[in-house]
Amino acid sequence: MLTAILVMVSIAVVIGLALGWSAIKLKVEGNPLAEKIDAILPQTQCGQCGFPGCKPYANAIAKGEADINQCPPGGEDGVKKLAELLGVEAKPLDETHGTPKPKSVAFIDEKICIGCTLCIQACPVDAIAGAAKQMHTIIAAECTGCELCLPPCPVDCITMEPIIEDLPHWKWKHPVINLKRVA
Amino acid sequence: MSRELFKFKGGVHPPEHKSESNTRPIALAPIPNFLVIPVRQHIGNPAKPLVHVGQSVLKGQMIAAADGYISAAVHAPTSGVISNIDLQPVPHVSGLPDLCITLVTDGLEQWIDHGPIDYQALSPAALRMQLRDMGLAGLGGAVFPSAVKLDPGAAHTCPTLIINGGECEPWITCDEMLMRERADDILQGVAVMRHLLGSTEVLVGIEDNKPEALAAMQAAAAQLDFVVEIVAVPAIYPGGGAKQLIQTLTGHEVPSGKLSTDIGIQVFNVGTAYALARAVHHGEPLISRLVTVTGHVLRPQNLEVLIGTPMHTLITHAGDRDGTTGVLMGGPMMGMPMPDLKVPVVKATNCILVKSSELFPTLPKALPCIRCTRCADVCPAELQPQELFRFAKAGDFGRAQEYHLFDCIECGCCSYVCPSHIPLVDFYRYAKSEIWANEKEKRAADLARERHEFRQFRLEREKKEKAEKLAAKTQAKRAELTTAPAGGAVASEADAKKALIAAALARAQAKKVEATPKNTDSLSAETQREIEEIEARRAKIRELAHQPLETEEKLK
Repeated sequence: MLTAILVMVSIAVVIGLALGWSAIKLKVEGNPLAEKIDAILPQTQCGQCGFPGCKPYANAIAKGEADINQCPPGGEDGVKKLAELLGVEAKPLDETHGTPKPKSVAFIDEKICIGCTLCIQACPVDAIAGAAKQMHTIIAAECTGCELCLPPCPVDCITMEPIIEDLPHWKWKHPVINLKRVA
Repeated sequence: MSRELFKFKGGVHPPEHKSESNTRPIALAPIPNFLVIPVRQHIGNPAKPLVHVGQSVLKGQMIAAADGYISAAVHAPTSGVISNIDLQPVPHVSGLPDLCITLVTDGLEQWIDHGPIDYQALSPAALRMQLRDMGLAGLGGAVFPSAVKLDPGAAHTCPTLIINGGECEPWITCDEMLMRERADDILQGVAVMRHLLGSTEVLVGIEDNKPEALAAMQAAAAQLDFVVEIVAVPAIYPGGGAKQLIQTLTGHEVPSGKLSTDIGIQVFNVGTAYALARAVHHGEPLISRLVTVTGHVLRPQNLEVLIGTPMHTLITHAGDRDGTTGVLMGGPMMGMPMPDLKVPVVKATNCILVKSSELFPTLPKALPCIRCTRCADVCPAELQPQELFRFAKAGDFGRAQEYHLFDCIECGCCSYVCPSHIPLVDFYRYAKSEIWANEKEKRAADLARERHEFRQFRLEREKKEKAEKLAAKTQAKRAELTTAPAGGAVASEADAKKALIAAALARAQAKKVEATPKNTDSLSAETQREIEEIEARRAKIRELAHQPLETEEKLK
């Protein structure tokens, strides 16, 4: 009887120590789920979801504080991927957060720009180059098309230019195979 | 030939149709009134235009410079005047236009100063840069800049050099005719390649359905001071594919996701070797190439064509016929349908194949895949085309990649044998381009994430730095004021605060004095008089403003 108790207690102690050690030593930094969600989000950093950037939205989804259908740039595809990751039912985009638009980049009309730097301060990815009373310009390769620079501009010199399909952006289309209609 | 040859898996035997075009000697194509020269003719960065509209250029003059390491320059194919630098239709399956330089020819063919390069005196790197600036790119179809391929890289040598004279694609005979008529030049180019790559073994693979080409090359090789082995390889499509030719000649397989140089083998097309010889021994940049014009034309033949010649010029020259149903650039297996016949011949154009309904009957409608696996039997890359098709069609690109989609060479054997006539290669191309687009998007998202995170970090840091600076300043001032009273009395916190406020007030006062307008110092008499008048008016107004108050008081 006593031996049995001793054996059980010692096993419990050993396993407890092992678990305790691994909880400290093998601790996973950060929230891996939030990171996985963040990897799916398009990183537009537009804030249309109601959070200040993609990472905070990812954290909110991970905590269950936000729904998965609040990201218009991600589109229906993004919602589908999030639903797959989280094991929940996909749902249509929440229109109150905006509707998906074709991918575009901001363009500054240099004739109108007064060099006020307000757009530079608004850009979430530092994709606008310029200084006070100097010409501003968009670094097109780094612009995410978030439109956050549009409202602060006092002279409305920024427009969104949709990315046109040229040779470097061209993709092969899904081939159309005309299957024979039976019946 | 005692060399042991190896067999690769699969392959097909489509009707060759070589005799249509290989019975006539190479002829010069007419010089059209204008040439349209795209700046993006090679893999890598498009060339940067160097000329302006209205500028006269000489034959062989560089009109667009290579941009970066993986790029190649573009030259004026003949003398004339630049008339346009704008978007023009190019030979691309999408039908999208691209930046082109239009040259109105003057028919004088005036060359720019040029001469042979003493390649043995130059360092390999300098020679490669010169070849890049002469616009050399692979003429077998992939148009990869040759200067990059001629760099053996970290290994310093590439033991085996293979010259590809396979030309397995039906209808095309430009490489065959080049070998038959210009074997010496080809082998002179091979000598330069051997010099740059430090190769010890040089093999030329030619399919055994070209006996004249084999004989011509063997005769030319016998006169060289180094050994070039001319090897007849069995004619089977796609035996002229680089990876397949390597396997046939050496028995080595290029591992998945690696380059042939990783196993010490480099492959060049015979056309590239010829262009290299012209560049090195004659100083001529790549401004023309051989093009097979064949199919539904009166006189199928090989033409030496200036880059930029519109395709319809060549078809007219070869004798166009009624009943044309379309034009392919390349052969029937891998060729691309041309959206427009105005498109120019580029460095990649090896063949212009005019279709008719007799030669190329329209395929019956595609039927569902019955999983007969005939495609898997003929696939030279040893893939499972039926599975790749299933995944590509369903948009399951991850699985397609697991099934080595990127080892597919798009040779078209699977589509050729498919009893359901499914355009399988189109599905693989679609899947590949979707995967590339996704990867590009992912890279852009990663960049945006990184930049956003850095911005957050920067804002936080700036805020902290500002706060620290302010705190340090206050601290310093306080210390200065608390130690200032010479009496040595212990200043209380309230005293210090008072002193601070007094100091700040004094500073503000001083600033105010400083800030008084200085533009009244040296005025002309007239302005001074004007100011006095205004001041007088102001005084009067002030007076008037006070008066009602007085009257009110009086009324009270």
